[in-house]
Amino acid sequence: MQRDAMIAATGLTKQFADFTAVDHISVRVERGESFGFLGPNGAGKTSTMRMIGCISERDAGQLTVLGMDPANEGAAIRARLGVVPQEDTLDLDLTVADNIVIYGRYFGLDRAQTKKRADELLDFVQLADRSNDRVDVLSGGMRRRLMIARALVNQPELILLDEPTTGLDPQARHLVWERLYRLKRDGATLVLTTHYMDEAQQLCDRLVIMDEGRIVAEGSPRSLIDQHSTRDVVELRFIDEHEQQLAVSRLENIGQRREVLAGRVLIYSNNGDADVERLSAVGLHPESLLVRRSTLEDVFLKLTGRSLDE
Amino acid sequence: MAASPALRVVEHQAYVFKSFWRGTLFAYVLNPLLYLGALGFGLGALITQNQGDVNGLPYVVFVAPGLMAAAAMMAAAGDSLWPIMAGTKWLRVFHAMVATPIAPRDVYTGTVIWTSLRAGMGAIVFLAVAAALGAVPSMWGVVAVPSAALTAAAFAAVLSAYAATQETDLRFRVIMSLVIMPLFLLSGTFFPVSQLPDGLQTLAWVSPLWHGVELCRASTTGTLALIDLVHVAVLAGVVLCARFWGTRTFAQKLAP
Repeated sequence: MQRDAMIAATGLTKQFADFTAVDHISVRVERGESFGFLGPNGAGKTSTMRMIGCISERDAGQLTVLGMDPANEGAAIRARLGVVPQEDTLDLDLTVADNIVIYGRYFGLDRAQTKKRADELLDFVQLADRSNDRVDVLSGGMRRRLMIARALVNQPELILLDEPTTGLDPQARHLVWERLYRLKRDGATLVLTTHYMDEAQQLCDRLVIMDEGRIVAEGSPRSLIDQHSTRDVVELRFIDEHEQQLAVSRLENIGQRREVLAGRVLIYSNNGDADVERLSAVGLHPESLLVRRSTLEDVFLKLTGRSLDE
Repeated sequence: MAASPALRVVEHQAYVFKSFWRGTLFAYVLNPLLYLGALGFGLGALITQNQGDVNGLPYVVFVAPGLMAAAAMMAAAGDSLWPIMAGTKWLRVFHAMVATPIAPRDVYTGTVIWTSLRAGMGAIVFLAVAAALGAVPSMWGVVAVPSAALTAAAFAAVLSAYAATQETDLRFRVIMSLVIMPLFLLSGTFFPVSQLPDGLQTLAWVSPLWHGVELCRASTTGTLALIDLVHVAVLAGVVLCARFWGTRTFAQKLAP
């Protein structure tokens, strides 16, 4: 194992009673990389993150984080991590700034220095003007940004983000993405889980797609799409199930591959516009029609037969 | 030297407390005034009319240390059930702690220490009010403060460990009415346990509150003796046994 790997896991497994949450996965994250676990709810992403974050013991396999074994150096590893869990864990009885200061104390940081650091961090997440407010008046997006600021108090070498924008409105998500993008640009190592393919596509240099505790694909967003999907996708919607069934029987020679889902048909195509013309040529007039580029969602659909939000 | 991780948890709680302690001070003072007024003097006057004293003490002197220990137990119970559920489930603040170098056992130990300290603060105010009302005849009364804090520690250690095993707070009310209230009434708080039927007397001896009451009473009445170390040992024993349990339940809850 090279010394440089931030995370190295082989055969990593987590078992809960008779349920295997994480089933022999192997991943490796290098310094400075932005790495993602993409998958639907229940794929084992959070369990994996908890093992990496040294708050959950593995049941089998090997794991090193920052070159150390969580089984016996958990506290030393956690001292160098920045963790943003899925659900907010802010102290509503404290002010915005005090949430960071008190958290810093858990890392043994000096109070006066941490106060200064809190100001910088709040500036970074654009909450400087809310510094003395109580947390319970903050919006969901602001709380998320405070969670991120708080996780940076110990100047972590590795930042773990579990579903960083779940539950946020689009504008709040973009603000969070933009801050994470800044961190990434400044050389931070980010590891995040998400079930949003756009999030994975925007933030991850490299990712694994997880399903039912296993890794089903690995690569950069671009290479995964190139490898598992076509350039374009034509999405068709028909007036009802019956119309859709009729249409499907006439689509057979259009595009490389077709997916028939509830309420829509996807045509995987290397040239979407040309295939749209072929649709009218065979006399098909769907109620709505959309040509778009392939996304990680299509990769997931191809590999598992299900869509990400199912 | 770096403070122990559990003390970080205490520091956190103290920091929160700093912002609202003024609001609680009034209750801290009012509570002993009401109890000592109603029971010590109101009921006490009746008792004095009928039989003079209890165990050779004016009733208010007898009941004050009992109420002091019982108040510590009540404070500990209140701080160890719902707030633990808030930390593990409702607000999840404990989950933030264990993502740092702090371990679940430190969260447990820290919250128990803090709850005991807070009960100790309540005991200081209680003692001051009781002394002002003439219910504390001995200077040894100051020993009642750590005694009350130790009583609180015993309850905090057990109840926090238990609270971390629960998914909802449904059973907390049951604990309050089936465990805490009977202990409150029957642990020698309001009358000597010798008044209880034989079976219940034995029960009183296993009640941590009874040991706390005996310690506080020996302190405020100035009758502390070596034998009272037995009470200290029992209460400390409860804390230590519960710590084994709490270390496990907190780990299961916060780091499954």
